[in-house]
Amino acid sequence: MPQKVFAPWDDPQEKPLIQFKNVTKRFGSFTAIDNLNLDIFEREFFALLGPSGCGKTTLMRMLAGFETPTEGTIQLSGKDIGGVPPNQRAVNMMFQSYALFPHLSVWENIAFGLKREGKDKGAIETRVSEMMRLTRLEKFRNRKPHQLSGGQRQRVALARSLAKAPKLLLLDEPLGALDRKLREETQFELMDIQEKTGTTFVIVTHDQEEAMTVASRVAVMDEGKLVQVATPDRIYEGPNSVYVADFIGDVNIIEGRAHQTGDKVQVIWSESEPPLMATTQKNFSLDQKCYMAIRPEKVGISADRPTAANALKGKILDIAYLGNISTYHVELPSGHVIKAQEANTRRIARRHFTWEDEVWISWTDTAAVLLEQ
Amino acid sequence: MRRLILIAVPYLWLLAFFLVPFLIVLKIALSDYNLSIPPYTPQLDLSAGWQGIKDFYDALDFENFTFLTSDDLYWKAYLSSLKIAVISTFMTLLVGYPIAYGMAQAPDEWRPTLMMLVILPFWTSFLIRVYSWMGILSNEGLLNKFLLWTGVIDQPLIILSTNTAVYIGIVYTYLPFMILPIYAALEKLDGSLLEAAEDLGCSRLSAFWLVTFPLSRSGMVAGCFLVFIPALGEFVIPSLLGGSSTLMIGKVLWEEFFSNRDWPVASAVAVVLLLILVIPIVLFQRNQERQQEAER
Ligand SMILES: Nc1ncnc2c1ncn2[C@@H]1O[C@H](COP(=O)(O)OP(=O)(O)OP(=O)(O)O)[C@@H](O)[C@H]1O
Ligand SMILES: [Mg+2]
Repeated sequence: MPQKVFAPWDDPQEKPLIQFKNVTKRFGSFTAIDNLNLDIFEREFFALLGPSGCGKTTLMRMLAGFETPTEGTIQLSGKDIGGVPPNQRAVNMMFQSYALFPHLSVWENIAFGLKREGKDKGAIETRVSEMMRLTRLEKFRNRKPHQLSGGQRQRVALARSLAKAPKLLLLDEPLGALDRKLREETQFELMDIQEKTGTTFVIVTHDQEEAMTVASRVAVMDEGKLVQVATPDRIYEGPNSVYVADFIGDVNIIEGRAHQTGDKVQVIWSESEPPLMATTQKNFSLDQKCYMAIRPEKVGISADRPTAANALKGKILDIAYLGNISTYHVELPSGHVIKAQEANTRRIARRHFTWEDEVWISWTDTAAVLLEQ
Repeated sequence: MRRLILIAVPYLWLLAFFLVPFLIVLKIALSDYNLSIPPYTPQLDLSAGWQGIKDFYDALDFENFTFLTSDDLYWKAYLSSLKIAVISTFMTLLVGYPIAYGMAQAPDEWRPTLMMLVILPFWTSFLIRVYSWMGILSNEGLLNKFLLWTGVIDQPLIILSTNTAVYIGIVYTYLPFMILPIYAALEKLDGSLLEAAEDLGCSRLSAFWLVTFPLSRSGMVAGCFLVFIPALGEFVIPSLLGGSSTLMIGKVLWEEFFSNRDWPVASAVAVVLLLILVIPIVLFQRNQERQQEAER
């Protein structure tokens, strides 16, 4: 039986769980969120990405009920939640600053929300123990927050927000202070929880690898606006702007003028070099300014001239060795530097190329994305 | 060397203005009453050399302390002071907490002004302020005039020269000592904690009880001690606002010194009062230390 792909955003029948409708948030004269429209669906793992100060936390706080939109409405399950106070929303938030209660122990912090629900003692104990096991906090049960390390505090905050198993969970940089291994494990735990409970997650992260791993969709924000909202692979393979391409992953951007025939475009980018070829669905007018975005891992590197549509000759300027892969910085005669990535299938001592080598770099006409802005 | 001086200064200060006077009072408490100037014996006669010190030492005894237990005026006065101090501390807390809370909630630009208003009364002499309460509370005072004028009462209330007036006086006088530490605790409170509490299902009110209140506890404790300790030995307020039935140890002390001129007994009263006060002072220190630890 073929598994149905989870893509409610492509289904016009599907009703979104959260709907931002023309939401603007201003602090005085400063616009933190600028006329934003966004649908988030049930069971989604939605990641917000963007530079510091672009409005991610503000967006979350509006969902949790701590800020009211200056303009526009936010709907939860079709109902406007403008007037609903935070304690009556089926939403829990993990605060970027953790906001742990300093006078309560780890156990009491995690149990705080459960106690407010009036659950019986046994149920609370089981649930808190479960959360502490999940976040590896069993040993710290009776410690106060000021007796914990940064990462441990972060885990308490995470456990506290998870404990109530809300319909919607808002995690503001939930894993930033954890070491890599623990972070990866927790990511999988989160995905597991999400699958088991069907909770909708909105997560802010500065770690794009994390966003790629966990998210069903990724939103890239800039200065209070959504630049692109799409699945991780689409964001990566088909960014809609130089901003997104540059923000997510590593990329070479080549600026040029477009000469389009059908779906093929010649990009004239240098006086001395031949034009580059790319395919596109977009329409470029003659000599329109365009940007060719090509990921380093899609750029091949070889000693002899390859047959690919785009081949350029250059000199190796620098090699960044990353263990499993190496990034070669190749300088073209025109002065451009193009990054090419290769998997290190051989031991480093037997590497093909070294500094100052003359090499060819190449990519196919479908490997690059042409962007208008 | 500089360190040594820095450490020595506060200790010298304590030595000169606390320990030495205390030892003098203690010495008088161990002496006997005598109609002389000063009104007690023995006098330390240093000209007699070593023998003089020895005679002096032998003449000291605990008579005056035993005397305190024989007359129930004293322990009644201690108990009554304790009661008045406890009740007025509690009332100060009740009045002070909402004021401190209001100040902490006020917009940032208002806070210095509010703080100013709280400490403004200190610009006038304490004595004058207590006297003005006499003007307010007396039978023909402002309060009674106002109440009669509004028609709430038709007989003037007798407040002055009762314990009520003493409570009013103490609460009024020591209110800033209560407000300031509570305000300091509330002001430090991280607003996101309240948001977190609300997020986890608390109403505003329960968030207050579960987060704000416990986190301002150290401020409340500090404020209570700052009011309780001086209130226990208070003398001016009960003698000006209280009546003849108001029994407070500060008043007894004053009468022993200046009416009876029985310095040794008065000194014994003072020493016992100090010993009683040591307990709350130690507890107060503990509270401060614990709080500092929690803030690290
Ligand atoms: N209460 C406020 N008053 C005024 N400006 C605010 C307020 N809260 C946020 N801002 C501003 O709004 C902008 C967005 O803030 P926000 O906290 O949402 O950023 P962010 O995307 O979460 O950043 P980071 O990644 O650093 O956490 C910032 O420029 C910030 O200075
Ligand atoms: Mg933020």
